Amino acid sequence: MTQPFFRQKDEMLSERPPPASTVGIIGWLRSNLFSNWINTSLTLLSLYILWMAVPSLIEWAFIKAQLSGDDRFACSEDGACWAWLDQRIGQFLYGLYPAKETWRINIAFVLLFPALAPWLIDNIPGKKWLRWYSIFYPFIAAWLLVGGWFGIIEGVTTNNLGGFALNLTVGLAGIVLSLPIGIMLALGRQSRLPLIRWFSVIFIETVRGVPLITLLFVSNILLPIFLPPDVALDAVIRVIIMVSAFASAYMAEVIRGGLQAIPKGQYEAASAMGLGYWQSMRLIILPQALKISIPGIVNTFIGLFKDTTLVIVIGLFDILGIANAMVSNPDWLGLSSETYVFVSLFFFAVCFSMSRYSMRLERKLDTDKR
Amino acid sequence: MKIKMITRAAAVASVFALSGIAATAQAATLEDVKAAGELKCGINTGLPGFAFTDDNGKWAGFDVAYCRALAAAVLGDADKVKYVNLTGKNRFPALASGEIDILSRNTTWTFSRDLDLGFTFLGVSYYDGQGFLGRTSLGVKSAKQLDGASVCIQTGTTTELNLADFFRVNKIKYEPVPIETNEEARKAYEAERCDVYTTDASGLAATRSTFTKPSEHMVFPEIISKEPLGPLVRQGDDRWADIGRWVLFALINAEELGVTQANVDEMAKGTNNPEINRMLGTEGSLAAMIGLDKSWAINAIKAGGNYGEIFEKYLGKDTPLAIARGLNAQWNNGGLIYAPPMR
Repeated sequence: MTQPFFRQKDEMLSERPPPASTVGIIGWLRSNLFSNWINTSLTLLSLYILWMAVPSLIEWAFIKAQLSGDDRFACSEDGACWAWLDQRIGQFLYGLYPAKETWRINIAFVLLFPALAPWLIDNIPGKKWLRWYSIFYPFIAAWLLVGGWFGIIEGVTTNNLGGFALNLTVGLAGIVLSLPIGIMLALGRQSRLPLIRWFSVIFIETVRGVPLITLLFVSNILLPIFLPPDVALDAVIRVIIMVSAFASAYMAEVIRGGLQAIPKGQYEAASAMGLGYWQSMRLIILPQALKISIPGIVNTFIGLFKDTTLVIVIGLFDILGIANAMVSNPDWLGLSSETYVFVSLFFFAVCFSMSRYSMRLERKLDTDKR
Repeated sequence: MKIKMITRAAAVASVFALSGIAATAQAATLEDVKAAGELKCGINTGLPGFAFTDDNGKWAGFDVAYCRALAAAVLGDADKVKYVNLTGKNRFPALASGEIDILSRNTTWTFSRDLDLGFTFLGVSYYDGQGFLGRTSLGVKSAKQLDGASVCIQTGTTTELNLADFFRVNKIKYEPVPIETNEEARKAYEAERCDVYTTDASGLAATRSTFTKPSEHMVFPEIISKEPLGPLVRQGDDRWADIGRWVLFALINAEELGVTQANVDEMAKGTNNPEINRMLGTEGSLAAMIGLDKSWAINAIKAGGNYGEIFEKYLGKDTPLAIARGLNAQWNNGGLIYAPPMR
């Protein structure tokens, strides 16, 4: 008999590490940046562009920058001029709000977080109480910002509310109002009752067919003429109403997209279970539809937040308007690059966190079987 | 100044629609202002030298100073002004609808605004005009030598039409570089995308002052359009218009007569000049005629100084804008600033 060409081995072979070229930094680089000649050339091109742009940007923004001084003449010629920051940061944050009252905006801002927490974070202690608190939060915040209702704190005209506080106020109010209104409009558009359906369709199509800037303009110029002269609707309230209406129309269409993605069987199954319309919507349809719509909803939120800069057309000074008013001061003329960079940091921080949160939420709710 | 033509059309249309309602609702502006205890004054959202915020968050500037003087004359306190910041789009509807009592927002007095839109211009507080800014290295001394030059210009404005007219009349060619906003135009000019930049002369002075070496740039002597800027009110309230007009004239006359913010209190005790005495109320009864407090003119002058002092403070040679008086000098000094006598 011939010897078999295989033989039994009694001990296991020890594990060997994967080839060096597929793990670690090198492996990651190979598979992501240099996998073929197109990716390689794109990587090199990007590196070249970064190499050209980043050092000069850092040099402009930090190394050659001027941090202190009374006006722009104190600044050097080729670096950024940040000398305005220490004097003007208050205006960028609070607008023309009286300086000695800005603590009220700060408190309203701090109180915002416990109001947001029960809706954004799971497993938070005292969730039920925090939810009740968050319902009352808008009134607390309005009282703090406007004041003068009970005589405890001085009244401030909301025209003076500005800067990033105004962006946050209008943006948050718009976000909080537009989601429920948008859901109702989306359901209304699919309703079998003609009156509700027509109202929803007309509202959505009219509001969506008009630029936001026009709505704001109308709210500012036309409303005071139609309303009786004694009724003076506050400028910020007018903006919040218009921004919410505008975002709601978009929101409704985003959610309608989610509703239409739900298979008809789900509706029928809900009916077969004996659930009424509201029960089936609340328990079966909307949880699924909203989950599908999360990217679109957050997209609308981010768009809404950035649209808050349009309030300048009705004479309210959001952070961008304050920046423009500042560079009209002869002492700070022509510093638009610096102020735009500064303002964009605020918007990036808010919009980027919204987008990261929505990605986390999507992963958490991802129950599809793949 | 200028306004985008499309938005002007929109503004005209909306003002037309509203003027009927507004005219009946607003008849006695002076009583409304006194009852409210504050003057609602329409100003720019930000224009170098004319309206800007200072470090304390207060509005200041040439246009703002007039609001303060008027509030001081009417209410006795220059701080009792509620500023309403207006864009080129909504300034006329805001005035027509009664949202503001007076518009002091670098607005050019034109035929159509005066008659068609139904406003009353109170006078000219600043004579502006469209000019050219170019590099001294071009070796050009006059705008008429700009044959073949590329010109940065804001689209959809009256400056665009003025420019076309100017080059056609002088039979020279140019290449327009259309730009959306003033700030973009400045950047484009700085990046040498165009040889010259054209807008109102006051705007050119502001732009020039932002350059690192202003001396390398010059404003050419030609002014190719007339832009008389001044405050305006709604038509139909002649008494209110008279008050606004004579506060402006009082500031101008004060400069001519040598009454300043510093010496007005001294002069109010009586001088040898009857004209000054009449203006400041120690002689005659002008205050009764205008229907204001006896010290209306004193208060107006104390608010921010006379016309010349306001000009120097916000636009003059000691400011970064460094605008020469030029047309805005007093009539007896070679300019066009001329106020009727106060008698």
